Amino acid sequence: MIVISKIVIGYLILQGALLSLISSIGIIRLPDIYTRNHAASKSATLGIISILLGVFLDFWIVEGYMNARIILGIIFVFCTAPVAGHLISRAAYNTGIPMSEKTVKDDLRAKKKRSVQ
Amino acid sequence: MANQKIKTNDVILQTVTQIILFIIIIFSIYLFFAGHNAPGGGFIGGLMTASAIVLLLIAFDIKTVKKIIPINYILLTSIGLMIAVLSGVGSFFYNESFLSHTFDHFHLPLLGETELATATIFDLGVYLVVIGVTMTIIQTIGETE
Repeated sequence: MIVISKIVIGYLILQGALLSLISSIGIIRLPDIYTRNHAASKSATLGIISILLGVFLDFWIVEGYMNARIILGIIFVFCTAPVAGHLISRAAYNTGIPMSEKTVKDDLRAKKKRSVQ
Repeated sequence: MANQKIKTNDVILQTVTQIILFIIIIFSIYLFFAGHNAPGGGFIGGLMTASAIVLLLIAFDIKTVKKIIPINYILLTSIGLMIAVLSGVGSFFYNESFLSHTFDHFHLPLLGETELATATIFDLGVYLVVIGVTMTIIQTIGETE
């Protein structure tokens, strides 16, 4: 039982670290702020949640100590990180930061122009 | 013009704030009471409560927050200082020196055997002072044009 759970915990923490690494590679490699924000907010959130879940299970099963603060942290990160990404993206769009040259469609610009007129 | 029009639509931020606020405040109260035997205490508890109010200030404007939490923070600071000083003065009544604290075990209805210490009263003073000072600083900066 302990051995199986240790394998699961190790997998969860490795998966979280790997997702965080992929997220940081995405921030370096992607062309403009919106795609970078996509990589940063989505992948890093799941990475952190995986690491926290691994830590929670480790303390619960291996050490026998139930730590509710980690669950609260998981809920908190899951609620706030996407909202932070949304706000950063919206602030970037409203200040007029251009998209990458490969962008083919921008529906929001047409809508904003219509609402001004 | 377009920027202002889009800026007023803060539905996502405000909805998430209304949910997250309770988690932050509950966690700050937990930190306040955990201070005796675990990391925590009045200072970071107060800072965390203040940060919850700052999150409200970010999501809504100052007038709305003043309507939700009608507290004069300068008064709150002075009340906190008074509580902290009185918790030290209280030891004079038992022929002890200033700020000497004590504790005892009590049977409480829901919590069972609990250790209640008078240092919590001092911590409550610290908690109120930290909230008051932080919110006074932030409101003063926020209100100046």
